[in-house]
Amino acid sequence: MDRPATPPAALASGQAAPAHAAPEGARATAGRVNLHRFANPGRFLRLSGQLLPWIAAAAALLLGLGLAWGLAFSPADYQQGETVRIMYIHVPSAWVAMACYSTMAIASASALVWRHPLADLVAIECAPIGACFTAVCLVTGSLWGRPMWGTYWVWDARLTSVLLLFFLYLGHIALVNAFDDPARGRRAGAILALVGAVNLPIIKFSVDWWSTLHQPASVSRLAAPAIHPDILWPLLVMALAFTLLFAALLLLRVRAAIYAQRARALMAARAAVRA
Amino acid sequence: MTGLSSWIAMGGHAPFVWGSYGVSALILGALAIVSWRGHRAARALVARLEAEGARRRPAPGANAAASTAAPERAA
Repeated sequence: MDRPATPPAALASGQAAPAHAAPEGARATAGRVNLHRFANPGRFLRLSGQLLPWIAAAAALLLGLGLAWGLAFSPADYQQGETVRIMYIHVPSAWVAMACYSTMAIASASALVWRHPLADLVAIECAPIGACFTAVCLVTGSLWGRPMWGTYWVWDARLTSVLLLFFLYLGHIALVNAFDDPARGRRAGAILALVGAVNLPIIKFSVDWWSTLHQPASVSRLAAPAIHPDILWPLLVMALAFTLLFAALLLLRVRAAIYAQRARALMAARAAVRA
Repeated sequence: MTGLSSWIAMGGHAPFVWGSYGVSALILGALAIVSWRGHRAARALVARLEAEGARRRPAPGANAAASTAAPERAA
């Protein structure tokens, strides 16, 4: 089923694309990109409504398991003592903060290239979630740094690039809302998200490219992770829990954004009838 | 109780460990609550607008209560 791209107005009312959307639709079908099957907001609401309770329940379960394991049943590190427990939230929040930005950049690209009707909403709703996870990463890292490095903050490459990630998220939120025309705001936000994606490899490789207090990657060396299984397992459980939490929050917020658009369309239709 | 109190002490780093978990719970908990309430409010608004729209344009053969609702409000 080759459904043409749905413009924002039709997205809001949940109806099929009207005839004037033909140029966009023609381009999408010419490229044989069938993403639009999943771009229908009504279908997204139905599917996400079925998935959301399961994802949220799995996130809550794994979060409980990971917290108990990390806080009570995992051993203290022989060098870092009990402060190593901060890692169980610091590292997963850092991973999710970066994964969230990747999601935002990919969604922005598909919004710009294919006019994917839900892509703009996904990109916009990624920003506050990413900002929160990045804030968690920064605060926990700071509270971990004080007892271990003797300082809350250093202006080295890793910490500064993650702070930049935080400001990219905040800047995206501000930029999207800075235009009278929402379409221009969405477009500007998408361009910012793509330009800011340059920061992701900088964060990843900052510990290798510049000298820093921050320790290098210890988990992603899959052949031989430089981390004991007693500490690695609760970390992986927490990472999965945070990822599911991110997915649940994103689905919830995109659903809310679709409802908000639909409400605006209904109110506009009512105002048009009155006039 | 020494087991519990030594666990709470976190090897003398209690403010840093519990502070990290507390701030994280606060930030992510607030995000979850705000998102959940926003979703609930937006969905309720759509349901209300759709119900009002249905009342305003009663289908032929709709019951009396529904068809008199709009004139009463107008009066």
